[in-house]
Amino acid sequence: MKPAPFEYQAPASLEAALDALARHGGDAKLLAGGQSLIPVMNFRLAEPALLIDINKLAELDFIRRDEEGHLRIGAMVRQRRLERDPLVAGMAPLLHEAVPFIAHPQIRNRGTFGGSLAHADPAAELPALAVALGARFRLRRAGGDRWVAAEEFFAGLFATALEPDEMLVEAAIPPSPARTGWAFLEVARRHGDYAQVGVAARVTLDDSGRCREARLVYLSVGDAPVIAREAARLLAGQELSPEAIAAAAEKAAGDEMDPLGDIHATPEFKRHLARVLTRRVLQKAGERARSGANLS
Amino acid sequence: MNYKISLTVNGRAYEREVEPRLLLSDFLRHDLALTGTHVGCEHGVCGACTILFDGEPVRSCILLAVQADGHALTTVEALAPSAGELHPLQQAFWECHGLQCGFCTPGFLMTLVPFLEENPDPSEAEIRQAISGNLCRCTGYQHIVDAVKLAAERRRQAAVE
Repeated sequence: MKPAPFEYQAPASLEAALDALARHGGDAKLLAGGQSLIPVMNFRLAEPALLIDINKLAELDFIRRDEEGHLRIGAMVRQRRLERDPLVAGMAPLLHEAVPFIAHPQIRNRGTFGGSLAHADPAAELPALAVALGARFRLRRAGGDRWVAAEEFFAGLFATALEPDEMLVEAAIPPSPARTGWAFLEVARRHGDYAQVGVAARVTLDDSGRCREARLVYLSVGDAPVIAREAARLLAGQELSPEAIAAAAEKAAGDEMDPLGDIHATPEFKRHLARVLTRRVLQKAGERARSGANLS
Repeated sequence: MNYKISLTVNGRAYEREVEPRLLLSDFLRHDLALTGTHVGCEHGVCGACTILFDGEPVRSCILLAVQADGHALTTVEALAPSAGELHPLQQAFWECHGLQCGFCTPGFLMTLVPFLEENPDPSEAEIRQAISGNLCRCTGYQHIVDAVKLAAERRRQAAVE
């Protein structure tokens, strides 16, 4: 399996890359890590006329804390760096915990943060994590940019808010409030395979130890990251008791998702996994929020 | 249109002209005649084509040869110190029957050499996780895991001495 012929450019600056996108837009594909793009080109499911290789754009390979205390991650940061970076571990421990679930080291050595977000695979971890973390994405085009909330960015199966002349260049992740706990879990048939179900949880407690705010975001149960809003609402103002957690898990796995079955998992099985994983992540996130393990 | 690339493979510098769509795995095999890198699935699932790209394991079948311009690659050919001597990990694979047909072996070796450098004393669970991106249809993985344990043990002993 070999890709169909294409033209290739490897611009040395972001401006040059955006100019090329402006000129070729819909006929071009950006090549970041290529860990999804090259396979679909090998299968000839994608036959772009032009590949714009953005691997030379060192300016998109950064992880830093900005003046407002947000964690800023450049689109070309490799997933392997994300996994090992101490600033990410400190400021976004949810991300630190979940990145090792992404595929295998061979993939994470090439796969990029921005590439996975822009690809918008509903079975991928990073889109769900970005939504759980309340991230915002900076989309640039030649001569302009805009910020879009992760929640609004993912529009469906491999579909995003990106216009053909736009590039996702970075994400900003807001700092967590005090007494916030987190947890990520997924079930895959083999480590690194696409998850049958995965869930990211964040829980913030108030001074009395009750849940002030909860967020549950799922992967592989819909055509984009699925947010269980009603389940989160059930938890607000509650102690995170086993009963409250079970009720939220029941709600989330019930009418808040509509998973499609596949050869390895029926919709009922996926709901079962979602229910069990939700209980576990809420339990863990609650413990971490209580212990003040979140230092950011 | 062809592109001129300059790169280092196993310490040797090369300059070649390549078509942009040429996969790195095919470049190594066909243009440089380094056929130790095997091609299995050609879509990044089986791990047989794993090589080191600037020291880190990657799948060469989902990289383009043009992307290797200016980089340093290492393939399985670089492991054995001489024609009559195996790399310690190769030796352990041989002794533990970590291969049968051998098709997947270069990918396993190139995955595990950097793994053992990073984690010299891995648990069995860590070894199994490390090889989760490499498929072997002969061994059932048990003997591969044994080989990694043996190689790790010898490596630690050698470090002590």
